[in-house]
Amino acid sequence: MNITQIEIQMIAVVVAAGCAIPGVFLVLRKMALISDAISHAILIGIVIGFFIVRDLSSPILIIGATITGVITVSLVELLKKTGLVKEDAAIGLVFPVLFSAGVILISRYAGDIHLDIDSVLLGELAFAPFNRMIVAGTDIGPKAFWVMSGILILNLVFVIVFFKELKLATFDSGLSLALGFSPAFIHYTLMTLTSITAVGAFDAVGSILVVALMIAPASTAYLITDRLSLMIFLSILFGAASAVSGYWIAHILDASIAGSMATMAGMIFLLAYILAPGRGLIALIKRRFNQRWQFARAMLAIHLYQHEDLPEATYENSFAHLEEHLRWNPNFAGKVVEQAQGRKLLKKEGDLLVLTGKGRDLAKEYIVK
Amino acid sequence: MGFFELLTDMITDYTLRTVAMGAAVLGIVSGALGAFAVLRKQSLLGDAVSHAALPGIALAFILTRSKAPIVLILGAAVAGWIGTLIVMSVVKSTRIKYDSALGMILSVFFGFGLVLLTFIQKLPDATQAGLDTFLFGQASALLQRDVVTMAILGAIALFAVTLFWKEFKILCFDPSFGGSQGSPIWLLDIILTTLLVIAIVIGLQTVGVVLMSAMVVAPASAARQWTDKLGWMIVLSALFGAIAGVAGAVISSTVPRLPTGPAIVLCISAIVAISLFMSPNRGLFFKWIRERIRSRTLRLQGILSDLYELTEQHQDREHPHSEAVLRTMTPSMADIHGSLRELSRQGLVSEIGDHEWVLTEKGYQEAKRNLSLRGAQ
Repeated sequence: MNITQIEIQMIAVVVAAGCAIPGVFLVLRKMALISDAISHAILIGIVIGFFIVRDLSSPILIIGATITGVITVSLVELLKKTGLVKEDAAIGLVFPVLFSAGVILISRYAGDIHLDIDSVLLGELAFAPFNRMIVAGTDIGPKAFWVMSGILILNLVFVIVFFKELKLATFDSGLSLALGFSPAFIHYTLMTLTSITAVGAFDAVGSILVVALMIAPASTAYLITDRLSLMIFLSILFGAASAVSGYWIAHILDASIAGSMATMAGMIFLLAYILAPGRGLIALIKRRFNQRWQFARAMLAIHLYQHEDLPEATYENSFAHLEEHLRWNPNFAGKVVEQAQGRKLLKKEGDLLVLTGKGRDLAKEYIVK
Repeated sequence: MGFFELLTDMITDYTLRTVAMGAAVLGIVSGALGAFAVLRKQSLLGDAVSHAALPGIALAFILTRSKAPIVLILGAAVAGWIGTLIVMSVVKSTRIKYDSALGMILSVFFGFGLVLLTFIQKLPDATQAGLDTFLFGQASALLQRDVVTMAILGAIALFAVTLFWKEFKILCFDPSFGGSQGSPIWLLDIILTTLLVIAIVIGLQTVGVVLMSAMVVAPASAARQWTDKLGWMIVLSALFGAIAGVAGAVISSTVPRLPTGPAIVLCISAIVAISLFMSPNRGLFFKWIRERIRSRTLRLQGILSDLYELTEQHQDREHPHSEAVLRTMTPSMADIHGSLRELSRQGLVSEIGDHEWVLTEKGYQEAKRNLSLRGAQ
């Protein structure tokens, strides 16, 4: 690994980690697509900022774009409040207008100046290390790394300081309002941070793939844990993992690094979707499968419990009778009885099935439920 | 350029005619199918499908080495379709919400498409046009046979809508009722989504990935303001889409360096803005006017009943009451004098002397009636 490769990976990791933090709250607050709207709409902020300062690396651009992001969110809310369109339609109406205006501005007035829409939309991580941060004459590393690290720290500080408020506003905004924490304040701060993060990251990965780095790691973490703090930690971890693995796949294929990072973020989600303990597809299928047998054993125990010690027990509680009474075919009934025996729920006395203490408890438990 | 010249251009200029027709077809189809998406709160499905189509386009090219629109459209449709199926299944089987699933498919598929495209660029016989074509569309490269392809696919989609009209209607407004009546809701959902995918991919070449979502959401949102009937909404939505398409194409051809896709989007957005403000029933402007009228009526009625109360207290209808007294009886800073003038124009009160008022016989009856109405409520 040469120094440029290491630097690219460092930038990729801080970008992914920086995006993962607001992403968690966007996913939990059902606002994932706001990130899409913001990341598209900031184009016009960047363009207008560029016309003013004529320099793509100026901090004015970041400020301009961040303001555009917040304006986008406010416009969406305003439109939603008229009650004339639903929230999703409001998002879908606002950002294409801003984006179109941005594209038109570029193609009409920036023809001779170098402002490439592709680079805004798609970014190019491979070039990021060439833009250096020089402090007092010394080169201290790529600028993108420092900018994104700053944003990452800002996000972390916000989450740590306002953890309780964020939790409350996210999971029970009504209670939060009643207790005197303003959900609106949290909402707009979160939106501002999302905008800042999107702007900081567009340079490296482009505005469309910012969405992938915000939503996919957070969704993956959401499949795995119920704890907010762990979810944030896991999102950062998954984000970083997609960054590094994405870089190497892009390296091998000689393809877009950002695209490959997004692809890996999707792959990690896919893995979690299939394998996640408790919530993944396999766990789901396994649970459904187990539930069938579990239910059958419980049915058997209840059936035996209802009739035991009664005169008809010899008839009702015989193995041969299960087919008639529970409508089980002999094969299935045999398996259920076998399982129940294995679990010490019942004993076989000739043809008669007799509950053990454990089996009786199980039946009682189900009847109470 | 004059209007007449523009009109002759539309007929004689091949590029303009083709682009305008293509944009019109796109507007009609995406407008009509977008209506369903908007009503089902799936407005952003268009956004997701159009982005998700990118790897399909790239793979179709890698596999066939052909840039024929039908091949690329097919690739786009398959990828978009797979994307929406994944969204549906993730939402159904996990606690991931619809918006997160959409956002993820949108960006991850797009990222994968980007990997494929950068891969294609390095192939020895790379004939891949710039990424711009996919991102923003390249309306000027539209050929007449492309428009024919679009029109045929669009017609099939629209025909399917008329075929499943009743079922789609149920799916939009009360899917659980539909399910209880034995409609295969899940299957209908897939059919409708597939039709939407078709509508989206035929537009990609004209307005591009990023702006296609507007063509799904905007015409339908505008149409929704004018009507409460599904049929009319779809017709209007298609009409708005077509108007915006043609207008955008014409504007971009007359103004130099104005890309077609964004021009169309701005046109449809203008239609949305007009609809939001000016539609008679839901529009903000008429709502505002109605509110003004209502508050004025209330104010006038309030003053009338105040005067009535004073009259009743004095048991003398001819006894004049001063404006100052009426002002103290009115809670707000309302313009008492102006309101009294208005009432006297209606013949309900009359001014006796300077700023002294009495009820007329008509005003007395009116106030009495208002009070009894209020009492009845």
